[in-house]
Amino acid sequence: MKPVLSAPFKNASEEHAAIMDKVMLALLPATVIGLFVFGWPAVFLFLITLLSAIGWEAVCLRLAGRPIRSTLADHSALLTGWLLAISLPPWAPWWIGVLGGFIAIVVGKQVYGGLGQNLFNPAMLARVALLVSFPLEMTTWTPATLLGDGQPGFGAAWDIFLGQTIPDGYSGATSIGYLKTELSRGKMLPAIASEGDYNLGLNLIGLERGSLGETSAIALLSGGIWLLRQKVISWEIPVSLLLTVAVLAGVAVVLDPMHQPGIGFHLGSGGMLLFAFFIATDYVTSPNTRVGQMVFGAGCGALVFIIRTWGAYPEGIAFAILLMNSLTPLIDHYIRPRIYGRDFKGQPLEMEGKP
Amino acid sequence: MWKPYLSMLFKPGTIRGGVHPEPRKEATANLTIETAFPLPSILYLALQQHVGKAAEPVVRVGDRVLKGQLIAVSQGNVSAPLHAPTSGVIADIMDFPSAHPSALPTPTILLETDGLDEWREGIEEIDPFTLSAEEICARVGAAGVVGMGGAAFPSRVKLNLGRERRIETLIINGGECEPYLTCDDRLMQERAEAIVDGIRIMMRGLQCQQSIIGIEDNKLDAIEAMRRAVAPWASQMAVAVLPSLYPMGWDKQMIRYLTGLEVPAGGRATDIGVLMHNVGTAYAVHEAIRYQKPLISRVVTVSGGAVARPRNVEAPLGTPLSALLDFCGYQPERKARLILGGPMMGEALPHANLPLVKGAAGILALSVEEVSASDAKSCIRCSRCVTACPVGLLPLEMMSRIRAGQLESALKFGLKDCISCGSCSYVCPSEIPLVHYFKYANGELMAQQQAKHKSEQTRKLADERQARLERVRQEAAAQAAARKAQALAQAEARKAAQAAKASQSARSAETQTVESAS
Repeated sequence: MKPVLSAPFKNASEEHAAIMDKVMLALLPATVIGLFVFGWPAVFLFLITLLSAIGWEAVCLRLAGRPIRSTLADHSALLTGWLLAISLPPWAPWWIGVLGGFIAIVVGKQVYGGLGQNLFNPAMLARVALLVSFPLEMTTWTPATLLGDGQPGFGAAWDIFLGQTIPDGYSGATSIGYLKTELSRGKMLPAIASEGDYNLGLNLIGLERGSLGETSAIALLSGGIWLLRQKVISWEIPVSLLLTVAVLAGVAVVLDPMHQPGIGFHLGSGGMLLFAFFIATDYVTSPNTRVGQMVFGAGCGALVFIIRTWGAYPEGIAFAILLMNSLTPLIDHYIRPRIYGRDFKGQPLEMEGKP
Repeated sequence: MWKPYLSMLFKPGTIRGGVHPEPRKEATANLTIETAFPLPSILYLALQQHVGKAAEPVVRVGDRVLKGQLIAVSQGNVSAPLHAPTSGVIADIMDFPSAHPSALPTPTILLETDGLDEWREGIEEIDPFTLSAEEICARVGAAGVVGMGGAAFPSRVKLNLGRERRIETLIINGGECEPYLTCDDRLMQERAEAIVDGIRIMMRGLQCQQSIIGIEDNKLDAIEAMRRAVAPWASQMAVAVLPSLYPMGWDKQMIRYLTGLEVPAGGRATDIGVLMHNVGTAYAVHEAIRYQKPLISRVVTVSGGAVARPRNVEAPLGTPLSALLDFCGYQPERKARLILGGPMMGEALPHANLPLVKGAAGILALSVEEVSASDAKSCIRCSRCVTACPVGLLPLEMMSRIRAGQLESALKFGLKDCISCGSCSYVCPSEIPLVHYFKYANGELMAQQQAKHKSEQTRKLADERQARLERVRQEAAAQAAARKAQALAQAEARKAAQAAKASQSARSAETQTVESAS
């Protein structure tokens, strides 16, 4: 390779792979906790999803006649696979991972032209497609326990991975799903709380039913803050998103304390932190400007609250992000930085006191 | 309604965008300016070392010239004259490769030095403060002083404009935000009094009352030296410490930081009552006015990984860059890029057999480790370029449009407002040469505009020719018609005359008849 011909002659930035690796490193604690508390079936699913994402990427690159090895080395497919895997039900069968990888990489990314070209977050596109197509497999939530404590052994886990029906005793509802069901039965919040086993503390650590890597709020928060400090992501999207959810949840709980679970429940449950720090901050599918990113984050927060509160699905993250992704080009079109010496409309500033 | 209040939002101290490139100034920042540079045997003095029209030689091959003697005069309003950097004989006036990425030959005076370094007469100290403002500006122009920060814009033009527009503040740019470069830093450390004198002379030439010297906070010694030097003139000038953030040396960025005002798009700094000059220019003005020495040499930073003994050298204009590099221990085998200026905005030179020019602040021979060498990858829309842009542009959007050939669309994103500072390319994790795209697009648009202008001119000429031919034809027709009408009138008149004659004779015959009858 020849040195650059035109100024600047030096580039300071890290490579694509370094950025992707940092995101995965930040996801590692939450992922490890997820793998621990959900046991061997989760490990198998995680691995097959990653392999599937890389495999489909390689297939697409080969069909497109692009360099395979150097493109895979940017680790973007690996990250997509990772994000998809940790947003799947932990005991989902192998074909969910393979099909999810196909949808994310082929339909969600490569048909648009590859890295940087896609309109929607590939992992979330895959998750929504799977949820709509296979509602049973995608809503079978298994309990989170410390390893060995009532988890299937290696052999039983392999059977679950291969698609054997999960025993009835295992499956149950996530906190957020449980709340939704009970509320729809006309129950009030105090009654639901006394019957259910919701515990914010366990929720924060990760001992809760949910997607593979979304349960540990503390691990996700620390990973997110580390990403902020590493300047891989900027604060605009996570802060505006979480703030919007907090404000809406706060107002709602004041207006309707019998049905509204409050701020802590919303922020600490499900994948809200995964959403705010890792999914909504995807470079490709979020706006370019700081103001645009704040609008985007606020929109994501509002949509997820609306879907959680009034929608048919208990969780609204994947839907919220896809809707906001589709608005990104519009936000980028209307929200632009003010150019030096010009007003927001692009007209030169008026000269002051001078003819 | 809100427009007049808009600028109130931009309080002094606002900075947008910017990047923190590795300074790499330590190699030369603590070494005194080398003034004992051996005189080269031949100096190559390009006639075009400044913005504007090239100078016109007033010497002939074979003439002996003295140091400081005028050898080429300025042409037109925006131009600068050229003086002999030392005594010697004019060896040739020919086309010689210029200090430009193309190294295209341009008209150049070759001066064979005689080693005597003999000054012309009249080099003596005067009191600049007895001169009128107009006289100061004229003398700055006559001394060939141009912007020494790299722009090489004739200083006289700026001073005159500033005086006419009655500017309030003269800002002196000591930012030197480009990595490696320390020539301004050293100049401020070693010749602070001379710079302050130059500033005071310029203030007199501008008839303005205050001056601010902006220096980045990574040059503590320079700040200290300049503070000491301005102390006697504390009521007129002050040293302002600026954060080290590239491109702080961009004039408009520094103006906004120091005054809180923005230069309106398409306008000049003088429109908001401010004028900016570089510290090197202030020094050149001091030399030109107080000692009547024209601009014949400059301090230049010679640095980079392929230079064994990097330092600042004061060298005569026209010195071959190879001589400067060799003087500092050039190791050509380690060189990956040869750069004129700094690594952020400088230009790559194809070789070192090119002359030193007035605007050259740095000559860098960078080693492989110091330059980036990677193929551009796909844009991942990380928007780091947006955050880094000091102007407020969307580099990634402009780039994608230029790539698609939609130059007009890129224009709507503010392509013309790009200052080519390179901050976007510097931070791009995909290593996309964004500035390269913008320079290409601006060049292409200019070429299109020229082609359009040309075709319009051609059409206009054709139309005019058509009109002229038509006019000629009409005139000819009119003349023919007039001739015809005249002929007709004459014939008519003749006929009338004949008729009159006939009737007269008839009448006379009648009378005769009547007479005879009576």
